[in-house]
Amino acid sequence: MVQKIAGLITFAMALVLAASGAHGQADSAGSSVSTNEISSDGKGIYQQMCQACHMADAKGAVGAGASIPALAGNANLSEKGFLVKMLLDGRGGMPGFSDALSEKQIAAVATYVRSHYNSYSGPVTEADVKQFVKPKDPPSPE
Amino acid sequence: MTEDNQLKRRDLLSMIGMFGGSIALYNAMTALGHAEESRFSSPINLSGAPKGKSVVILGAGLAGLVAAYELKKAGYRVQVLEYQDRAGGRCYSVRGGDKIVEIGGTTQVCEFAPGNYLNPGPWRIPHHHRALLHYCKALGVELEPFIQYNQNCFVHNSRGFGGKPQRYKELAVDFKGHTSELLSKALKAGALDQNVSKEDKEKLVEALREWGLLNADLSYASSLRVSTQRGYNRAPGGGPEGAPTPSKINSLSDVLSSGVWTQMSFYFNYVMQTTMFQPKGGMDMIGKAFAKQLPREVRLNTKVTRIAQDASGVTINWSDAKNGQAGVSKADFCLNTIPLPVLSQLDIQVGPAMKAAISAVPFSPQVKIGLEMRRRFWEDNYAIYGGHSFTDQPIQLISYPNNNMHKSGPAVLLGAFASNANGLLLAGMTPAERIESALRQGSVFHPAEYRKEFMNGVSFAWSRMPWILGCTSRWTDASRSEHYKNLTAMDGRIVLAGEHASYYGGWMEGSLLSALDAIARIHERAVAA
Repeated sequence: MVQKIAGLITFAMALVLAASGAHGQADSAGSSVSTNEISSDGKGIYQQMCQACHMADAKGAVGAGASIPALAGNANLSEKGFLVKMLLDGRGGMPGFSDALSEKQIAAVATYVRSHYNSYSGPVTEADVKQFVKPKDPPSPE
Repeated sequence: MTEDNQLKRRDLLSMIGMFGGSIALYNAMTALGHAEESRFSSPINLSGAPKGKSVVILGAGLAGLVAAYELKKAGYRVQVLEYQDRAGGRCYSVRGGDKIVEIGGTTQVCEFAPGNYLNPGPWRIPHHHRALLHYCKALGVELEPFIQYNQNCFVHNSRGFGGKPQRYKELAVDFKGHTSELLSKALKAGALDQNVSKEDKEKLVEALREWGLLNADLSYASSLRVSTQRGYNRAPGGGPEGAPTPSKINSLSDVLSSGVWTQMSFYFNYVMQTTMFQPKGGMDMIGKAFAKQLPREVRLNTKVTRIAQDASGVTINWSDAKNGQAGVSKADFCLNTIPLPVLSQLDIQVGPAMKAAISAVPFSPQVKIGLEMRRRFWEDNYAIYGGHSFTDQPIQLISYPNNNMHKSGPAVLLGAFASNANGLLLAGMTPAERIESALRQGSVFHPAEYRKEFMNGVSFAWSRMPWILGCTSRWTDASRSEHYKNLTAMDGRIVLAGEHASYYGGWMEGSLLSALDAIARIHERAVAA
């Protein structure tokens, strides 16, 4: 019983910690729980995560003196590593997705973008992704 | 962060669903490490400005506007270059007749009735955002309460209560009651004797008994006393049959399945505590009030193409978005508030450290959706006046209007406020698909009325706004420690400002504090020269 209670308290505290920070600074809705499960399939991931910016046809778009790069017919993507690094770490306006997507999902969406919107052969594998995953931050004294 | 946090995060991921949990903790880490109050104590004093000195300001959002307002007042010559056809930036409201044009050309025309609006960006002002409140007062922007905390709203979790929304007050009171029972019983049983002194233990048990509305035997059970907080089965009435009857409490398991602690905790946030405000008539009243003070200083429809500097001054090349005419603005200093996703692609003459910082901060992809309904059924049928009903679906919440209560005629609900993966999901849809998603998901709260009373709606997908390509800056601990100082340091005659150059990202207060800090440094340089 005692153990069960202690466990429950720890469980509740862990969740409260997460919840309290989910909107700690920037204004946001304030829910840390979501039914929005990310697809495991490359096409599904593209639709859920990528086309918000790169558009459904992967042709990107132009804004105020800035553009969102086209992924379709993109010579940079011939190199798997370029795409994988971009997905993991982001650059400029593009966020990194290493927290949001698993290595398997990154491999799936990279394969989809390279084959569907380009004609680069050969899948991007989880092993390809692993090569570029940065080690997590070492423990900090705070 | 610490290994301990990493482990907790992994546990969380499996417990509460993947993306939300990961982002939640990610934000928790950033937020907990950097909690900051507003630094605004009194209006800025830029006395002794040298005669004839000039500042060119890029961007007429709140940072650019407050800088122009204060610099002009101090005697500087100022010019503000703005890409859009309006001042105010993200401090904006969408009304009937307004067009929302996205990258790729998708265009929505808002059909709201006169007086109705959606605040697609900032929508609530904490009582401690003193800089913003100061300027609202000084510029005559009338404020009204923003109903932040409403216990009568709903909490919906698709994994709890068979997917049926529950009133916040019932869940919150039950959560408090059950946890109080467990903790007080654990204390009584001596389970925590190593952690609590005998004296504190007695006090704590007594506190939990009162706080949790527990019985003499420390149990939490349905009663009229508990109903005074969570509501009644039959409410108190008049006459012979006026006696109330108690409501039935939910079991601990059911309460846990609702995840209500997320909302309970949300309201504890420093930036989410009452009192909160909104400008009467729409958030854009603030930007408009600033712009009114700068009738000749703001040049709209002006797209900056190059930002250069040398020992004698700054040179800004631009083109007029209406007629294509090219122009040049020269000044002694430049205050640059262009959002980083755009600035990172512009030709700007600054050192490598600032350049790297400009490219290191992505912006988040929030989506808001406004739904105009024929009548205020949430007031008439549910006794909900303002506040938020939360859901674990991608829309994340619906929020009820804070003004015109009890009026007849159409009113606008906030039908979605989606961030992170939820924002990307909705932004990737067509406007019609977004509205359909918002109606389908929001219907869980008001199934009989939601579609029936719906008239029209608009969606605002920040990642698709051509002038910003995102909503708010997203710093991490790592990017903050590597780049923040370089982003905010003055580079020659150029200094950046905006919410992205503050520790108050995503709040108007951050834009103002950042701009005030930046112009103080410009002033210091100008006086010293």
